[in-house]
Amino acid sequence: MTMTAPASAATREALGPTLIRLVQQGVDIAVVDADLGKSTTAQKFRAEHPERFFELGAAEQNMMSVAAGLSTMGFTVFASTFAVFAEHAFDQLRMSIAQPNLNVKVVVSHGGVSVGEDGASAQSVEDIALFSSLLNFRVLVPADLAETVACLETAARTPGPFMIRTGRSKVSAIYPDSSHFEVGKAHQLRAGSAVTIIAIGLMVERALAAATTLASEGIEARVLNMASVRPLDTEALEAAARETGAIVVAEEHLVHSGLGAMCAQHLAMRQPVPMEFVGVPNRYGESGTSDELLEIMGLTPEGIVEATKRVLARKA
Amino acid sequence: MVTHTQLDPLTLSERVRRHVVTMVYEAQSGHIGGSLSATDIMSVLYTRIMRVDPQRPDWPDRDRFILSKGHCTPVQYATLAEMGYIPVEELRTFRKKGTRLQGHSVLGKPPGVENSAGALGMGLSFGLGIALGRDFRGQDFHVYVLMGDGEQNEGQVWEAAMAVANYNLDRIVAIIDRNHIQNDDFTANQMAIDPIDEKYRAFGWTVRSGIDGHDLRAVEEALTWARDHRGGPACVVFETVKGKGVSIFENNPGFHGAAPNADQYALAMRELGAEG
Repeated sequence: MTMTAPASAATREALGPTLIRLVQQGVDIAVVDADLGKSTTAQKFRAEHPERFFELGAAEQNMMSVAAGLSTMGFTVFASTFAVFAEHAFDQLRMSIAQPNLNVKVVVSHGGVSVGEDGASAQSVEDIALFSSLLNFRVLVPADLAETVACLETAARTPGPFMIRTGRSKVSAIYPDSSHFEVGKAHQLRAGSAVTIIAIGLMVERALAAATTLASEGIEARVLNMASVRPLDTEALEAAARETGAIVVAEEHLVHSGLGAMCAQHLAMRQPVPMEFVGVPNRYGESGTSDELLEIMGLTPEGIVEATKRVLARKA
Repeated sequence: MVTHTQLDPLTLSERVRRHVVTMVYEAQSGHIGGSLSATDIMSVLYTRIMRVDPQRPDWPDRDRFILSKGHCTPVQYATLAEMGYIPVEELRTFRKKGTRLQGHSVLGKPPGVENSAGALGMGLSFGLGIALGRDFRGQDFHVYVLMGDGEQNEGQVWEAAMAVANYNLDRIVAIIDRNHIQNDDFTANQMAIDPIDEKYRAFGWTVRSGIDGHDLRAVEEALTWARDHRGGPACVVFETVKGKGVSIFENNPGFHGAAPNADQYALAMRELGAEG
């Protein structure tokens, strides 16, 4: 697998520094943590604002309901843990936060199989499905560090529940700054009319690499970064279907229940076109390096290229 | 400072018990047993202990009442109604289409309901979040969390109990309605939860247990102690009778979540001293 841009940073690194800056800007933030603040970088916030930081130990269910209670005291509450451990508190997310529509931002790091060596139990491949099933939650999966900063800032300034998924492994910088991001808006990274590749998270740079390969073979692919999974940019989605006639969705998530499934449901109603899905197939992960796991699951530029050729073969 | 209602706890309890039975009868669903076991505790809380103002349910310095056993909304709604938060007539909409008074608690519906509940075990955590925020803000009010005894089966209760003690918070009070019956059966047949008081002590709480939850003077004394306790969290375990006040409901696992029929309703209302 070839990476065109140099590795720069893991998206999880945005959390602590961004929250510190937001407090400086006057946002009334409280942070709750469940013994993973070093990894999520929430501990950086603790060092600056210990009075706004509440360690709750390795107890995610309690943490989510505490976050809900804190938010009723007027705080913009950030709760962070690993994606798999947020899943541990699903009912708390549902009843304590989503149903009463409280101002809690859940930042889940170490999303997807790229968490690597820790193996299947640590690899969240269902978190997007779980959070997307909760009404009132906005679900954001940024592609690089700058976009993660944008997601965090947007969530902090927008009332109500958010989930932001970040990653452990380093990804290339795609954006020079955080100015492009908007909730509910896809961001077009490459123009093309033969096919559209929709990607999120670390699959965005892989989609761009795939598009470069396809272009060398005369196939011009449109590339959309769909960082706002919920709400989905249905306008951009329908336009992609209408204008390019074929769609590939690439995500680091179980293929039957993530962004691809949501895109397919919408297009089935409004603008059906041939689609292919690059995601975690019907299996759990295993130990290995980040790149090895992505390779095993087919989450590579080559995987996207092959899916694109399959969908083009079905395009009328 | 807010003046308490003119209601005395005995009058409030008598009225609330009749409302509870009528609400569940008219809805033909709802949780009578755990509402009647908690009625006297609730009456004392609202008339003698808490600083609240029914005219200003959003008053920032109000005491917070968190109903963690969220199936016992009949006693909460009836108490709020008698206190003047909502019209008493609205109680007839309980569990009916379009009502604000859903079967289980929904935050803000009606005003005075501070949390969403129904799935057990979350209330103490929610109250902890409020108390942490209160102390950061430098506000001074109490958080009262009412839990069931069956609810003590939930692991999150103990996550929260540990965390409250970790922060050594005071003015957060755990109240346990020890009525000895949970959904399917007597608590003793479902899970070995005793000794509840020793468990909370081991977690770092100061506890009073064995208090008769239907002796209004004893309830007031225990809750006054808990309210005035400083230097850490306080827990009161009230010994109560599920279905208290109606012979056919009392200590009867069949009336955890079942509604009475017409004959049972008539009998219950006679026993509760209803006119006519």
